[in-house]
Amino acid sequence: MAAAAGGSGGCWFLALALGVSLLKCLLIPTYHSTDFEVHRNWLAITHNLPVSQWYYEATSEWTLDYPPFFAWFEFALSHVAKYFDQEMLVIQNLNYSSQATVFFQRLSVIFTDILFVYAAHECCRYVNGKRPGKELLEKPMFVLAVLLLWNFGLLIVDHIHFQYNGFLFGLMLLSVARLFQKRHLEGALLFAVLLHFKHIYIYVAPAYCVYLLRSYCFTENKADGSLKWSSFSFLRITLLGLIVCLVSALSLGPFAVLGQLPQVISRLFPFKRGLCHAYWAPNFWALYNAVDKTLAVVGTVNYLNDRWIGSRIPAHCPSFCDSTSHTHLYLHLHIGPRGFLQCLILCALSSFMFGWHVHEKAILLAILPLSLLSVESPKRAGIYLILTTTGHFSLFPLLFTPPEIATKILLMLLFTVYSFSSLRALFRKEGRLLNWLETIYLIALVPLEIFCEIVFPLTPWKLKFPFIPLLLTSVYCALGITYAWLKLYVSVLTESVTVRQKAE
Amino acid sequence: MEKWSLMTITVLLGLIVRWTVSFGSYSGAGKPPMYGDYEAQRHWQEVTYNLPIKQWYFNTSDNNLQYWGLDYPPLTAYHSLLCAYVAKLINPDWIALHTSRGYESQPHKLFMRATVLIADLLVYIPAVILYCCYLKETSTKKKIASALCILLYPSLILIDYGHFQYNSVSLGFALWGVLFLSYDWDLLGSLAFCLAINYKQMELYHSLPFFCYLLGKCFQKGLTGKGLVLLIKIAFTVVASFAICWLPFCTEVEQILQVLRRLFPIDRGLFEDKVANIWCSLSVLIKIKNVMSPQTQLKLSFAFTFLTLLPACIKLTLQPSLRRFKFALVSCALSFFLFSFQVHEKSILLVSIPVCLMINEIPLMCTWFLLVSTFSLLPLLLKDGLLLAYVVTTLAFLTVCATSFSIFEKTSEEDLQLKSLSLSIRGYIPSFRAFPKIIKSLFIVSVTLMGILTLMSATLTPPQKLPDLFPVSVSVVSCLHFLFFLTYFNAIVLWDSRNGRNQKKIN
Repeated sequence: MAAAAGGSGGCWFLALALGVSLLKCLLIPTYHSTDFEVHRNWLAITHNLPVSQWYYEATSEWTLDYPPFFAWFEFALSHVAKYFDQEMLVIQNLNYSSQATVFFQRLSVIFTDILFVYAAHECCRYVNGKRPGKELLEKPMFVLAVLLLWNFGLLIVDHIHFQYNGFLFGLMLLSVARLFQKRHLEGALLFAVLLHFKHIYIYVAPAYCVYLLRSYCFTENKADGSLKWSSFSFLRITLLGLIVCLVSALSLGPFAVLGQLPQVISRLFPFKRGLCHAYWAPNFWALYNAVDKTLAVVGTVNYLNDRWIGSRIPAHCPSFCDSTSHTHLYLHLHIGPRGFLQCLILCALSSFMFGWHVHEKAILLAILPLSLLSVESPKRAGIYLILTTTGHFSLFPLLFTPPEIATKILLMLLFTVYSFSSLRALFRKEGRLLNWLETIYLIALVPLEIFCEIVFPLTPWKLKFPFIPLLLTSVYCALGITYAWLKLYVSVLTESVTVRQKAE
Repeated sequence: MEKWSLMTITVLLGLIVRWTVSFGSYSGAGKPPMYGDYEAQRHWQEVTYNLPIKQWYFNTSDNNLQYWGLDYPPLTAYHSLLCAYVAKLINPDWIALHTSRGYESQPHKLFMRATVLIADLLVYIPAVILYCCYLKETSTKKKIASALCILLYPSLILIDYGHFQYNSVSLGFALWGVLFLSYDWDLLGSLAFCLAINYKQMELYHSLPFFCYLLGKCFQKGLTGKGLVLLIKIAFTVVASFAICWLPFCTEVEQILQVLRRLFPIDRGLFEDKVANIWCSLSVLIKIKNVMSPQTQLKLSFAFTFLTLLPACIKLTLQPSLRRFKFALVSCALSFFLFSFQVHEKSILLVSIPVCLMINEIPLMCTWFLLVSTFSLLPLLLKDGLLLAYVVTTLAFLTVCATSFSIFEKTSEEDLQLKSLSLSIRGYIPSFRAFPKIIKSLFIVSVTLMGILTLMSATLTPPQKLPDLFPVSVSVVSCLHFLFFLTYFNAIVLWDSRNGRNQKKIN
């Protein structure tokens, strides 16, 4: 394990964190999406109404659809908000966005990112670089710190588009770090709390469940590393169960008492929405839809439309099959915290590929944990580069206003140039990270972007087919993400087989 | 990591900071009837596009010089014309004669900001990168750090991308001039500097060091042989470049005279507004404008300016070296800033850019100066609504300089290039031994004071009897700092006995 650096070492981490926070401050006057109004509305709801009304209030179309802990978080924020601008807390002030409101909300995101900074710091301590370079810029710790703190996706989704993913990912990375440190109960507690902040993290819950079961509840292993069934500890599983129940009770308890659980559940899991979002997240369904539409255009028969899919096949099936398959894999092999992390990433990616009404922002759920693995092995670094570049590119349609076009391109270039050159420098002796096909695929993103943002708006097709740039971006990125997912899957499987063979 | 990727990242960071600052407000936003510098630049596009060249600098029915008349040399006018052609393609309303006065819209703002970015990318940024890449006797790490610090220098970003101006063009040309001279390409250097002067006449602040350095070089080569040839070649280059820039105006003497009248408004008085120079600061105690006549004021400022810059210039002519040239650029420009006529607060940029060039040699003093120069612009920035950008960019600059150059460790006399001076002084003042500690504490006190004044200016309202309390305090504090720096930089030039060749390897 790489030891934490000394006095001057702490300096660079602080400088990186401060630098990115200052950049976030500069992004305060940029475009913000409807998510800004969503959170302003939730501030108003939680500030003015009693708890019993929180999940029933529907003056605004942006009703509360996050779990109760997030609602309490907004409640706490609203007490600071009143010192900035009282008007933002009035429920009827729909789309209220005075300068003070924007300033307060943006500042709250920047401030809560402290948790993410702390989590990144904890993760950096457990990075296992094979050859720590003498040069600071080539230390795996430094590279990981930049890849996490200056992550492009997180910057534009949180600080331009406007969301609170920073501290949520902070909770997740912190729980991962605690599991690395063998502080299993803390890790479990943090993840349970996280689930009650934003339920999207349920996608990676199977990884946690299986890992905790395997590595914490079974206290010993056999000599060859496989499971020792007799070492099952009832005390430990009870403790874990207690933690989960306690957290759930704290969160959902008040609503269960009020008999509002069905309402809360219906708000959290709105299955009435379609299979795909208005903008297709670059996942399997995007590819499916594209093929379907092409077939519809080419032929007259339209067998497979998404209404059919929606009613006959629960879309979660494929993703859960995936999750269970590799967690099943994990049960039989003792791979440790790193294996857990790989499992987590695969769960996140599978659910992104096959999930219901997936947002393109969900790709961050896979990208951020993968950063931890990318600085440790060249194979992972190659997969990380493909996933992260296509994943970040797929976020481009979120920012469509003219001033933000230059911002997103510059930020994307910054992150991409850094990630490529730093990982290449880190693994200089291992040869190329990407083969020629992968490189060409990634380079082709540049002409795609030029076409979508510059050429297409000047053509006459803009009025007739305004969705073409979105379609192209989504489908092209879906190819890259699918490829990265498959490559990671295969690489994890082959590594597991090798480990098993070695053990035998 | 490879140098090119680090440099790319540095440039991208510089561009990102520039572009995000440009989201903020600009000078005169939403303030009819006169608006501000942004409207002035738009108006020049309107004038240069719609009127014939003969009328650009004259007061006619179509061109009211009272409303932001052109007062920069011809290259600015040509640049505005070029931008106007592009504007015409996008939206002719932006430059329609008379009707486009006070035009403000989001697309127009985006267009104007884009023109600044493009000009910056074409002229200033390449000059900075090339300068840093070819610094002699410095490690790659220091080169990249210098480039990053120079590109993140707050004042230039805030004035060009916030307030709205095109200083990066003239400063970029001047920087190209310095770059060419450092490679002994004297003709190209002279050409670049002439372009700089012909873009903004304030670049004349730098003209004496250029002149003295080149003259000194000619003397060194021997005035009877190669030196004379070089002198003639340089003279020819200068005259030719001026002729080409002023060609459309050379048809009549009256045209040239009118342009000169617009460039040098001598009848405007010793100073306007609050600026961190001697005259404005002295006027707190004595109302100079009331005591002396305009002619006497002119003569006094002339005398003081040349008195303070002559020693450095003479030494430069007698012993020309690149190092002395760069320090002379600073001290001459600073003398002009402090003592000259009709100085604007933005002219501090002319001092700051040469200081930026020495950031890897004396990081602490340069960082200190650059912070003060940004602080001196505070009243202007507050008026433009750029407080957030100011605070963020200043903090970022301080962080980057402090971490890249470890400025708090390098405070000995040798690091501050004052070895020879301190050796002479130590005999007289024994307490000079505590020099590093004194400098460090002074720096911290100064930065704290600037922080407190910033906070006060931003949050408190001044008492009714002294409505200009905060701008004047900022100006006086900055002026005192500048006097200290003037002494410091002059001391280096005058006491420096090295000629640049036997410097230690700076790492």
